[in-house]
Amino acid sequence: MPVATINGSEVQVDDEGFLANPDQWNEELAEALASQIGINLTAEHWKAVRFLRDDFKQTGETPTIRRISAGTGIDIKTLFVLFPKKPAKKMAYIAGLPKPRGCV
Amino acid sequence: MNRLLILGGGTAGTTVANRLRKRLDPSAWKITVVDKDDNHVYQPGQLFIPFGTYRARDLVKPRRRFIGDGIDLVFGEVDRVDTDAARVFLTDDRELPYDYLVIATGATPRPDQTEGMVGNEFRKSIHEFYTYEGAVALADKLADWEGGRMVVHIVDMPIKCPVAPLEFTFLAEAFFAERGMRDRVEIVYATPLEGAFTKPVASKYLGAILEERKVTIEGDFATERVDPANKTLVSFDEREIPFDLLVTVPLNMGADYIARSGLGDDLNFVPVDRHTLLSKAHDNIFAIGDASDIPTSKAGSVAHFSVELFEDNFVNHAHGRPMTRPFDGHANCFIASGHGKGLLIDFNYDTEPLPGKYPLPGLGPFTLLRESEANYWGKMLFRWVYWNLLLPGKQLPFEPLMSMAGKETEEL
Repeated sequence: MPVATINGSEVQVDDEGFLANPDQWNEELAEALASQIGINLTAEHWKAVRFLRDDFKQTGETPTIRRISAGTGIDIKTLFVLFPKKPAKKMAYIAGLPKPRGCV
Repeated sequence: MNRLLILGGGTAGTTVANRLRKRLDPSAWKITVVDKDDNHVYQPGQLFIPFGTYRARDLVKPRRRFIGDGIDLVFGEVDRVDTDAARVFLTDDRELPYDYLVIATGATPRPDQTEGMVGNEFRKSIHEFYTYEGAVALADKLADWEGGRMVVHIVDMPIKCPVAPLEFTFLAEAFFAERGMRDRVEIVYATPLEGAFTKPVASKYLGAILEERKVTIEGDFATERVDPANKTLVSFDEREIPFDLLVTVPLNMGADYIARSGLGDDLNFVPVDRHTLLSKAHDNIFAIGDASDIPTSKAGSVAHFSVELFEDNFVNHAHGRPMTRPFDGHANCFIASGHGKGLLIDFNYDTEPLPGKYPLPGLGPFTLLRESEANYWGKMLFRWVYWNLLLPGKQLPFEPLMSMAGKETEEL
């Protein structure tokens, strides 16, 4: 398992840079992860990221974009503006959760 | 008397009913199957209707013919499940009490969930082949279509038979070529996935076939709406794809009664343990086939493989014993690729589709991830196997758990 140094602390990551252990996450780390993909976290970004963290705690799964939209009241179009191109993947990355499972 | 109630008499529900009837003592267990109608459709066949290969009588048979002796078949629409009272209410107020409930009501295409899809252009320039009526309407359209820009489109995953839109694309390309009009048709494949398929090795092999057939892939396309007036697909990040003929796979969802009963996720699929199919919320409810949220293909092969193991697990669970036969997510899908050929993929939760031979290493007769005529005949002959062996619950010569034998692993 590769180890990355983010914001001065060492964390385990998978091949694509997603945190391997969601428990190693904290809010400063989220800021650092976000800036690595060119996102500056505003209050609205945080609303989504906190939802992902809470939901993961309850279900053990990274939520889908539909679920995030329903749970936060942020419409999907806005999520695409906040986290451009691949919002589901980017939100999971910043929230320190596993990459959304590819559907098969 | 124990009451086992199975909602849905499709592939999974019918097979489970027939298999469990042989395992559960008739003097101690009553088994009831509920479905809304008596039409059992061989769903894999719908793919071939648009090209005139199959007709209705090939694909639809009475459900009752496949539900074995000693099983009650009730026709009715489920309104809701009351899990506290352990009762299912039908829309005509009939009540069906249960001790164990098996949810097998599958997944259904929902064009109403995408803005602009159902309207004046539906079944005119906007088509789908995931329903029998839709497939027939598309056959009529293709019979005298002059050509233009055809966009094959997936709204979102998961969908039933995730290879079907690829198969449709391959078959349509061959159909246009055989009619001498390939040069008058531009084909675009618009998908929410990055590439042709969900998993990297298969995506590479299948993507190469699309490229060879001159099909343009529009990947990472997250559909917001269809604009029927301008005949354009619009994504959440404001990409636009114009079409003359849209062949879409609408959003797939579980049944609405699952939402009304508080049993589903955001797409009405029932969260279950991926190895035992037991509901995460209720110890006397299982979800089998496409109705569950397990992370593998929604496909008849998955229903079939999982049911072989589920049968033992259910009997053990109902007798207070541990469930000892964990399901691995095994899926096995033939992919028609046009011109009388096909591919085969075989995979599970942990192993993605790989090239090789199946089921016998080196011999086949089927080839994995590469085109062959044997694969196409396997696909076409399976319809007989389905009606005559699979639904009655007879043993097929394929192992329920995936095997690595015959698979090539160097690309991993």
